[in-house]
Amino acid sequence: MTNKNKPIIQMKGISKFYNVGGEEVRALDNASITIYEGEFVAIIGPSGSGKSTLMNIIGCLDVADKGEYLLDGQAIEKYTDSELAKIRNKKIGFIFQSFNLLSRMSTFDNVALPLIYQGMPMHERKQRAMEAIERVALADRAKHKPTELSGGQQQRVAIARALATHPTILLADEPTGNLDSRTGEDIMHLFHELHEAGNTIVLITHSEKIAQQAERRIRIMDGHVEEEPYTFKTEGGII
Amino acid sequence: MIIQSVKMAWEAITSNKMRSFLTMLGIIIGVTALVVLVSLVNGATSSITSEVEALGNDMISVNVFDDKGLPLRLEDLNTIAEYESVAKIAPSGSSSAKVKYLNKDMEISLYGTTPAYYNIQGLKLDYGRFLKSADLDNRSYVAVLSHDTAKELFSDTDALGKNITIDGRIFLVVGVLKEDESFMGAFMGSKSIYVPYTVESRMSGIPYIISFNVASTDNTAAESEINSMLLQRFKQDEEAFNVINMSTISSTMDTITGTLTLLLGGIAAISLLVGGIGIMNIMLVSVTERTKEIGIRKAIGAGYGSIMAQFLVEALMLSLLGCTIGLLLSWGLLELATALAGKIKFTMTADVVALAVGFSSAIGLIFGLYPANKAAKKHPIEALRYEG
Repeated sequence: MTNKNKPIIQMKGISKFYNVGGEEVRALDNASITIYEGEFVAIIGPSGSGKSTLMNIIGCLDVADKGEYLLDGQAIEKYTDSELAKIRNKKIGFIFQSFNLLSRMSTFDNVALPLIYQGMPMHERKQRAMEAIERVALADRAKHKPTELSGGQQQRVAIARALATHPTILLADEPTGNLDSRTGEDIMHLFHELHEAGNTIVLITHSEKIAQQAERRIRIMDGHVEEEPYTFKTEGGII
Repeated sequence: MIIQSVKMAWEAITSNKMRSFLTMLGIIIGVTALVVLVSLVNGATSSITSEVEALGNDMISVNVFDDKGLPLRLEDLNTIAEYESVAKIAPSGSSSAKVKYLNKDMEISLYGTTPAYYNIQGLKLDYGRFLKSADLDNRSYVAVLSHDTAKELFSDTDALGKNITIDGRIFLVVGVLKEDESFMGAFMGSKSIYVPYTVESRMSGIPYIISFNVASTDNTAAESEINSMLLQRFKQDEEAFNVINMSTISSTMDTITGTLTLLLGGIAAISLLVGGIGIMNIMLVSVTERTKEIGIRKAIGAGYGSIMAQFLVEALMLSLLGCTIGLLLSWGLLELATALAGKIKFTMTADVVALAVGFSSAIGLIFGLYPANKAAKKHPIEALRYEG
């Protein structure tokens, strides 16, 4: 099992400004959150609330203008693009609303792609990618291209791609947004399984119903965040 | 990583075959132009060079323009023949004449010469004999016909022992030469008749020698010896005569064809450059179309270098594929040219192939650089948001 109560994401006073038509817009205003290892957290807010900005900063796609962000103990600052890419590759497993698979590549190639960017040798890469594909129960679709798969299957390929690198967190942006409700439930079920297996999951959503399935919610509105308290755990259970 | 880049580039190229082909077309045409033009010049050059060498790099040809009242006679040639550097010497009076046999007549070049001419010029007999010393001494009206002349006058029948009329005088045909298969022969025409020098000089009314050919054993020495002998004879007037050394001609020709190769190669290189611009153009379009893909790759961990490598390899692969097709096409065209030309063999040399491959790679890399950099510098968030 994972080491309980170890903070994975620590944000203090994170702010992000945008300049829209000469006017400064605060997409994130002095946000402070902490997410612990093994947690299943939902970030919930309506569109335009700043949740995409928060996700981009958590996922190291963007860097905050102000404040401090520690990801797995490492300070994320104004690194170069390539350095940020390396951090994303190692620590973040992205799952997008529109799956974002590469359409020319097979399931296997899509899942193995982040491992290629790690420079992992072919033999190990094959094994890791197949493990991840088996984890989402798509072994029989490994050679199929995304266009030959259903939406739910495509999202499972995307989850396998996120799992392949054994990332510190799984960062899912509206993962059920493009799926019908039954398939969406299947995907949420898969997230629960992954959570139980010890993965840290951060799920961004606008849906209260989806958010309620998480252990804890971080609410965001007009750039301000409000965090439900974290319940410290012991091996035996709740203190 | 390199293998993966190659694999990705191959997938990208084959996923839109028509566009990839059109992109490569510039390079295909450029490479074909380069290889074919350079190979054609090379082929023609080596063919001409070998002809000149067959004529004899050891041959020296002398023409007298102004004899200052001291014309050369056969005895003078005998003096020159004694030089150690001179192997053989033969006068060659030439004029154009009209030849008739029965009801056929034609214009030919009439050469008045001696038996040595046969070896100096590397002539080959088909049948009969060439001129003999006795023919000169006796001023015999005998003639040796070139293959083309015999063919025109006698068709395929035996010409030996037949009487022909050259400018109103009757000659006995004693020999016929083999067909002159050389490039020069085809170029300059080979309708000629050889008669004894003594007879020709009487017919043309020029009783002295105005031109002669020498086969030398050492052509530098022979050239300078003949030069100084003639200078002395013609009162130190350098304009009175000229001495043409065949080895000088072939080196001059090398310079000319070298320049020609450079010129044609340069023009072809410009078309390759235009092909490179075509690649850049399509790569830029492709980078824009694939913005989303670039965003996805960046999100899952591709850095600047990985994206750069991917698009550079793609540009390089396009130009090298184009180069390969161009080389195959060139090979076909050169085979065709060889078949059509008959006498000349055109081949692609390793040098030309290396030049084409090197130039195409350089063009792929140079013109791929800008689009690849553009792709690699895209911001991941904006790229992910792109809906093309």
